[in-house]
Amino acid sequence: MEYINPEGLRLDGRRFNEMRQILAEVGVVSKADGSAVFEMGNTKVIAAVYGPREIQNKSQQKNGHALVLCEYSMAHFSTGDRRRQKNDRRSTELSLVIRQTMEACILTELLPHSQIDIFLQVLQADGGTRSACINAATLALADAGIPLRDLAVSCSAGYLNSTPLLDLNYVEDSAGGADVTVGILPKLDKVTLLQMDAKLPMETFETVFALASEGCKAIAERVREVLQENTKQLEYRRAA
Amino acid sequence: MMMRKIQLPFTQTQKVRYERAIERLQSLSSTVNSDASVIVTDTIPVNHEDAFLKGHGTSEVDGELLATVCGVVERVDKLVYVRTLRARYKPEVGDIVVGRVIEVAQKRWRVELNFTQDGVLMLSSMNMPDGSQRRRTSVDELNMRNIFVEHDVVCAEVRSIQHDGSLQLHARSQKYGKLEKGQLLKVDPYLVKRSKHHFHYIESLGIDLIIGCNGFIWVGEHVEVRDPVMMIDGQKDDEMISSSSSTKEQSHTPLETRQNICRIGNAIRVLSNLGFTVTVQVITETVNLSNSKNVDIHEMLCSEFHVLVAENEAERRREKRKK
Repeated sequence: MEYINPEGLRLDGRRFNEMRQILAEVGVVSKADGSAVFEMGNTKVIAAVYGPREIQNKSQQKNGHALVLCEYSMAHFSTGDRRRQKNDRRSTELSLVIRQTMEACILTELLPHSQIDIFLQVLQADGGTRSACINAATLALADAGIPLRDLAVSCSAGYLNSTPLLDLNYVEDSAGGADVTVGILPKLDKVTLLQMDAKLPMETFETVFALASEGCKAIAERVREVLQENTKQLEYRRAA
Repeated sequence: MMMRKIQLPFTQTQKVRYERAIERLQSLSSTVNSDASVIVTDTIPVNHEDAFLKGHGTSEVDGELLATVCGVVERVDKLVYVRTLRARYKPEVGDIVVGRVIEVAQKRWRVELNFTQDGVLMLSSMNMPDGSQRRRTSVDELNMRNIFVEHDVVCAEVRSIQHDGSLQLHARSQKYGKLEKGQLLKVDPYLVKRSKHHFHYIESLGIDLIIGCNGFIWVGEHVEVRDPVMMIDGQKDDEMISSSSSTKEQSHTPLETRQNICRIGNAIRVLSNLGFTVTVQVITETVNLSNSKNVDIHEMLCSEFHVLVAENEAERRREKRKK
């Protein structure tokens, strides 16, 4: 199947280095300390952060650091086939991966004896749910006022028909080519997440990785815009 | 739309009025503040030649001062820090807080305070029901449930902040202690400004209003504060014991007082939805506005009243600015 035609257009009309449309919103779950909705094309994710609050399970307490717990789940209606179970392998793996990414960017030493819960719910899955979850979690954590080292952003890229493609959707993802997910701390210029399935030769990998990093930088810009606007709005309303 | 959404259905005219009111608020807010708002990893402009102290919400990376939270940069003398907006409560010694008891533990009560950990109210930091000052015995410890049980609302003062970050509370005055016959409301802590007076008595309505610094607000029927020191032991003992036991006959709260409690409660809810600072003046103004426009108590949470409050607040700030 042709994933990128000779004119350079993909199945949804994008070019190889174009991302899907991003929509981000903060403060959607009023009861949570911080929350956000992040959409990348048709992939839609809600993140809710509760914390820092009292540790519920004292045995999990970490010395002098906050405990970060993350739960990733897909809504039953998020994909066409209604197969999702709560604790299936993929959800557990993604919960762990996202938890490690977010833990790397939260300043946990400043919040000892407390617990931060991140809940991620995928409402619509169309490829790139991992990246959308990390971006949504970053927005929610910043909204909750939790001190962060940097804003973790993530994007995915793949390699099909001998071309690196940015931001794969579900059809392109299931084509069997490589899928590289990159998570970056833009200001500190560090990589916190790097996952790939399938195999790639080294040079190709470096091209695909560079493309994904560019995508991450674009998302970082968008995330910053949303947070700036939100902070300004809150300050205008409050100031008395 | 990028800002915090109000989950209310606005009609077209209401939307226009609301947005106009918000725009007026925007233009009225001081430009100093808006320029100083930062988000995570923004560089804070600081003169490196002057010695400055790095406060909360900042961190030094590669010689630059970065913000670690979203908020507004505040400078006090040489201290540079970032004041967060939507974070949990940041305690200071001497703050008056309102909380809910979640656990009766050994010689202490654990109180939920919207803080990173639960506050601890020691048995020894609480006045005995009979007013005597003595060492707490094991009998007192077994009778802790006569003072507070789970889900009781209490008012206390922050005594100290331990080295591990937990809060110690104390309730050694008659104005602190268990709160009854009222509502507990939760707003964001940044909407409550620290001031000298957190206990307010609205005489016209007969309502007590306690604005806790942690964002928990108590609205209740007015209770006369009795000073046990003035009680002579003997004839008053029976009264004290009977009043502190849970089987006393509850005096009936009149309907009007209950309606006033609900009205004030809804006014606070509206203010918190709109993100305006919550002070006694603003609350009483909102209640007067609802009365003057003949808005029913349950209608106060509808979109029309929200728009009215937003417009009123824009007016109020404009008046204040003129002075």
